[in-house]
Parts: sequence; C-alpha cells; structure tokens
Amino acid sequence: MILFENVSVTYPEAAAPTISGVDLHVPEGELCLLAGRTGSGKSTLLKCVNGLVPHFTGGELAGRVVIGGRDTRDHPPRELADLVGYVGQDPVAGFVTDHVEDELAYAMESLGLPNTVMRKRVEETIDLLGLADLRGRALAQLSGGQQQRVAIGAALTAHPKVLVLDEPTSALDPGAAEEVLAALHRLVYDLGVTVLLAEHRLERVVQYADRVVLLPSCESGDPGPALATSEVAPPVVRLGTLMNWDPVPVSIRDARRAARGIELPASTPAAAQPATGGRVEVRGAKLRYAGVPALSGVDFTVDSGERVAIMGRNGAGKSSLLWAMQGTGALDSGTISVDGVNTRKAKAGERRKHVGLVPQQPSDLLYLETVAGECAQADRESGAEPGTARGILDRLAPGISGDIHPRDLSEGQRLALVLSIALSARPAVVLLDEPTRGLDYPGKAALAALLRGLEATVLVTTHDVEFVAEYADRVVVLADGEIVADGPAAEVVTASPVFAPQVTKVFPGYLTVEQVAEALR
Amino acid sequence: MPDRLHPAAWWVWALALGTAASRTTNPWLLLLAVAVAGYVVAARRSDEPWAGSYLVFLKFGLAAVGFRLVMHALLGGVEGETVLFSLPEVPLPGWAKGIRLGGPVTAEGVVASLYDGMRLAALLACLGAANALANPKRLLRSMPAALYEVSVAVTVGLTVAPQLVASVKRVWRARELRGDTKRRARTVLVPVLTDALDRSLALAAAMDSRGYGRRGPGSKLAGGLVLAGLLGACFGLYGLLDGTGPAAAGAVVLVLGFGLATAGLVVGGRRVGRTTYRPDRWRAPEFLTVASGLVPAVVMAVFPDGLSPAFAPLALPALPVLPAAGLLVALLPGFVAPAPSRGTK
Repeated sequence: MILFENVSVTYPEAAAPTISGVDLHVPEGELCLLAGRTGSGKSTLLKCVNGLVPHFTGGELAGRVVIGGRDTRDHPPRELADLVGYVGQDPVAGFVTDHVEDELAYAMESLGLPNTVMRKRVEETIDLLGLADLRGRALAQLSGGQQQRVAIGAALTAHPKVLVLDEPTSALDPGAAEEVLAALHRLVYDLGVTVLLAEHRLERVVQYADRVVLLPSCESGDPGPALATSEVAPPVVRLGTLMNWDPVPVSIRDARRAARGIELPASTPAAAQPATGGRVEVRGAKLRYAGVPALSGVDFTVDSGERVAIMGRNGAGKSSLLWAMQGTGALDSGTISVDGVNTRKAKAGERRKHVGLVPQQPSDLLYLETVAGECAQADRESGAEPGTARGILDRLAPGISGDIHPRDLSEGQRLALVLSIALSARPAVVLLDEPTRGLDYPGKAALAALLRGLEATVLVTTHDVEFVAEYADRVVVLADGEIVADGPAAEVVTASPVFAPQVTKVFPGYLTVEQVAEALR
Repeated sequence: MPDRLHPAAWWVWALALGTAASRTTNPWLLLLAVAVAGYVVAARRSDEPWAGSYLVFLKFGLAAVGFRLVMHALLGGVEGETVLFSLPEVPLPGWAKGIRLGGPVTAEGVVASLYDGMRLAALLACLGAANALANPKRLLRSMPAALYEVSVAVTVGLTVAPQLVASVKRVWRARELRGDTKRRARTVLVPVLTDALDRSLALAAAMDSRGYGRRGPGSKLAGGLVLAGLLGACFGLYGLLDGTGPAAAGAVVLVLGFGLATAGLVVGGRRVGRTTYRPDRWRAPEFLTVASGLVPAVVMAVFPDGLSPAFAPLALPALPVLPAAGLLVALLPGFVAPAPSRGTK
C-alpha cells in the first residue's frame, strides 16, 4: 500500500539530506510506527506519503514514493486526498471550518461527493469515533483529545486507504491519549485502514503497532526486538532488555508475565536534594478565565529545593497557576509569595530575579537573529556579567554555535536557550510549562537530570508520567482548578493507574528503570 | 446545521438597516438603529469567535464620533452664533485661503459634527451586527463556485487573523518574563509574524491534503466578468446610497453590474467540481429577516420629514414617528430567526 524506494529528501539550502536511502513497504491493513530521535526525519517521511514533500515544502526528492499505485511525483497532495488522510502535529492548525460537522465534511466537499453520500459518511464517522455529543460544537471549545479525534474523523470521511498521523498523542493528557488510541485501534482492526504514525511517546502506542521502523537507519521489525537496540526505547522495553527477557515485551501485560516470580528488594528512596532555592506559598488562589473557573481556591506550599510536578487534564488550570506564581499572570483573589515577596506587586524586571518561567512555547521569548544575540540581551536584562547566559547555555546544552538562528535549533536546544535566559537572572524558583513536548527519551532524561541539578526550587507542569518518575520528588494533581492529590511522587503516581509509570506497573514500588538496575546490583 | 439563519440574510438585513441609518442625521433615529442592531445581536448571536465583533465596531463608532468632534474643533466647517470657546488660531499663508486652523468653536458646529459622527457610528454598528451574526466562513461557503479561490484566500485570512490577536497577547505576556515591558514593535512582531506565517502554511497544507482545488482553476473570462460586474454593482450602490444623484441611474447600474457578475459566476462555476455539505437554505425566516431590514430603508426614502434636523438655532430635534416605527420593524429577526445552539462546556 505504501512503497518507498531508495527515497532521499534534501530541503533547499540544507547541507545534508533530511532522510536518505529510505526503503519501506507497508502492506495493507498494517499499523506501522516510526520511531527515532528528534530531527531524524520522521515528519519529513510522513509528509512524503501524501506528497506534501516535495510539492508543498519544496526541496528535492530522489527515489520513488508510490501509494496505492499512484506515484507522488505526478500526484500532488490534492490528487491523493481520496487515498491518503493526513493529520498533522497540531490538529488545530489544520482546521479549516469552525464546527465539528462542517470540518468532518470538508474533504468530501473538495472531492465533490453528492450530499446524500456526505450525510451518510458523516454519521458513520461520528459513530465510529464517538463524536455524537460534539457534532454541533464549535471546534475552538473542544478539549485537546476531542480536537484530535475530530481531526482524525475529518481525514476518514474521504474513505482513505491510508491514514498518516504525526504525533497524535504527544500534546494530550493520558486519558485523552487513550481515547485517540482506542479510536485508531478500531480503524485498523475493523476497517482495515493502513496506518503510518510517528510518536515520541512510544510507551503509549507501541503495543498497538504491528511493526516499528527506526529512523534514520530505516531498520524495521517487530516492535520488541527493533526497539531493544534503539536509543528511543520506552521504559518497558528498556526494562525487558535490562532483565534479559526474551522476547522483549512491549506491553505491560507481557512484562508482568515475564516478571512473575522475580522478587526485588524494597526500593530505597532517592537521596534528598540540598535545600537551595526559594520557598513558595500559595494561599486561596482563585481565577476565572472567560467565565470558567481556572483556579478555585488553591492552597499549597513548596519548600526550598523541592522538585514538584503539577499534573492534571488539559485545561485543569496548571498553566494559570504557573503564570500566577510568576506574577505576570492574573489572579482574582488570594496571595502568592516567593520567599515572603509578593511577586505580583513587583516590577517585571524585579520579578524574574525571584521566579523564572519557561512558557509552553519557548520561542515566544525569542526575537533576535542569533543565539549569541539572545544571550547578550539576556545578560543586559538581568544585569548580569556579560557571558553569564552563554555560560549557562554551554552547561545545559554544549556545542550550540552562537551564529545560528534560534528558529533553526532543535526543540531541546531551544528549550535550553530559553531556560538559560531565565536562569541568567539567578531566580530562586524556576517554573517550566510543559517542557517535554517534542523531546525524545534521551532528551527528557537529559532535561530531568538538568532540572535536578539546578540550585533553585523547580516546578514543572506536565502530562508525561515517565518524565515525572525521573524528575519529581513531589506531585500535585489539579482537577477543575482544585488540588485533588498532593504528596511524594512515588505515592501519588502509584495510586492511580492513569498516572503510574510503566516500571511501577511491572514492579510496584519502583519508578524508573535506573532504580531497578540499582536494586539488581 | 438547521438552526442557523442564512448568513446572506443577516448581511442584507444589516446593510439595509445601515442604509436607513445613513439617510438620517436625527440623533434619536440613529440611537434607535444602534439599539435595534444591538438587541438582535444580543438575542441571536452564536458562540463563535467573531460573535463579539458588535462591541468592537461600536467602539470604533465612538472613536469616529470623537475624531469627528476633534477635527471640527481644529478645522471648523459649520459656523454658528453660540461660541463655546476659542482655540488660538494659527495664521496660515495666503495660498491656504479658506482653510482655518483653530479659532472659535460654536455649539452649532459641535452639534452638527456630533450628528454626522453618530451617523457613521450607526453605520459601523450595523456592520458590526452583520459580522457578529453571520459566520463569514459560512457566507463564503454559499459563494458561487467560480469565486472559490478568492473565498479560500479569505478563509485562510479569517482563520489566521483571530489567532494573530491571540499570539500578540501571548508574546506580550512572554516578553514580561524577560523583564522587558517596553512594548517595542520589533520584539513582538518577529515572533508573532513567524507564528502567523507558520500557521498559514500549516492551514494551506491541510487544505491541500484534503483535496482543495482538485479540478483545475476557473477561467479568466469568468473572473473578468465577475470583477467588472461587482465594480458596476459597487458604483450602482454608491449612486443609490448617495441620495444626491438620480436614484434611477444608480439602480440601472446596480442591476447591470449584478447581471454581469451572475454571468461570470455561471461560466466559472461549471469548471469547479465541488459540493456543499448541508447547504444553507433560503426559507421563511430568511425572507422575513430581509424584509424587516428593508422596511426602515424604504420608509425613510418615502417619508424624509424630520430626518435631517436643523442645528441652527439650537433645539432638541423631534422624533419622527413613521421612520422610528420602521426601525422597530427591524427588530423582527430577534424573534423569528432560529436561536443559535450554544455549546455547553
């Protein structure tokens, strides 16, 4: 169904091809998962499938891509629309209309299908993906998981034989990700749709995959063996490799079976952090946003040097809390103080000496043409010695050239740059809003280690339970603007199956593969 | 969706109401027109992003009134007897004779420019009502197939523009994190524009991936016919609205223009193989809405008494009964149009 023959793609002005020598054959009805580090060309390969590369992006494509008998060389994306459904990284960016039903019909309108067919297919898709409650709603009002399901539905109404998905669950909370994956599972099993998807959060999808293709090497095989030797293995696969299980399990169920009878000593709690950093007190924080309560009376205290993870569904008030703590965000009532200082009353320049915040889109902070320029500007803003920010950046992410444009940095490097800008003011508290988006496993491990090493109190909002397991001492769970759980990371994440990391599900009491390795030694 | 009024009906209603407002400088009538538009918007707007545009346009209108008053104070125009105060007059060279800068400001002049500004504000309020009530994207869907390329470009713009506002706010907030509250344009423009460009490209890619533009472009002949026709229609409309020229000539040009445009649309429409999902239909509520909007416009054309109150000598203008009653008829859509379904969150 999908055939790549010796495909290489070189973007204009790029020194080296983004992908090279790709040979790939995905037969009909298979769910094939692309895995690889950030920047290994996963998105580029996906865009080749429906001809967006090179027809839309420019660049040079060598070799041949044939989808269902049509060569993408002669068929631009619009001529493949009846054959390939493509759902990009950000579903919202691809929405053309404003309402769920209109969006579902858009592709069919373009294909010129008669009204009776359209009505029928919209109803079928609504049933298939469980969208009945949403059909009359405005797209802007849906949650992330709902938007992602609508985007998939909108691709499906054209009855494509191939569905291409770029990171369908990366931005979603665990519950919403389950919704999307259940829908995908149904498509593959019931309708026989061929699915090709790329994902960083392998732990969520790998058990559904028939085959894994690793980039850039383009080796492919059964998920377990293929990932066992890869840098981007999910925790359960790394655990299997560590324990020498054969075959390497990809699902929790298989891993539990393999682990039967293995007794590990009780886990030792991680060494306490040195208590350097600010103390944060939040008292009765309330905020309404567009008529909906974002925070409804939040009380908690963060001690000096704690590593806190704030979790909760999309829209649970996590970001609002972070912004209010920094002092730039609004707060209707209540007080927030850092080391006794009310940050909301301080001036912007003063504020960042107490609290540094890395927003969800780090690039919002950047506006100069070079990394060196941004670092120098940060030193001026912080009143720090020239070279301070650059020094921090070299510690966080060594080897970034000063002449490079911030837009050309990888996701992880850009995060490091913005974090360096925040740290140049030597804040006592550092806040990060969803920093793990777009980071692969090695990237997340590096970030966790980096955050643990900072001489400041750190709070992070995230959906990523595996990251929380590696990084946090303490977890606060928000729901509808209220704290519903607060305690040591090991206790909170193990209490609920939704928040439990994979290792905990196999060996209760352990959070990470490293802890298990330590215990075996 | 079945419970939506055809967007074109809203536009005709609002434009007709605006035409009525543009024919009068009577402050009572103008206030009434603004109130009528406001009531219908409050009763029938949806929860879509632009449903708030009535207030935005109303603010534009207030700004227009203020601007008109300031310009009058500076430049004068209408002379009168009741001098309120005098601004220092700037002597101008001989060649600028007839232009006055500064000088006495009269109550009559202020009242005249106030009425004039209010007329513009009422017109803007009607436009705002149309924007708030009619989903522009649905209006574009009802556009004839020949104009498809144009309507797609507008769709991309309409989608990206509100996002642009959101991203300006986001970047501004982020800028404070750097301790930089000086709102220098460059520091905001760079991230916002790159963001907007990325979004437009992503949207265009999504449209292409979903089959937009499959059956080849429309013909040049059709495009030319449509353009000429629409230009003609604009001139005709201007002739009608202006009120100083012969109305018959305006009407003839308008009809001719629409004829040309229709011919172009028919020729062009044959080439595009596109269908519309659950097209908006034109039923009784649409007819009633359009008719209720046309009533005040017609009444004011037929009974022009009291539409342009005198401002010298100063007196409180009277409220002409028939035009006021006509304006009240335009409230009808607030009752007959289907109530929008509001999403519950």
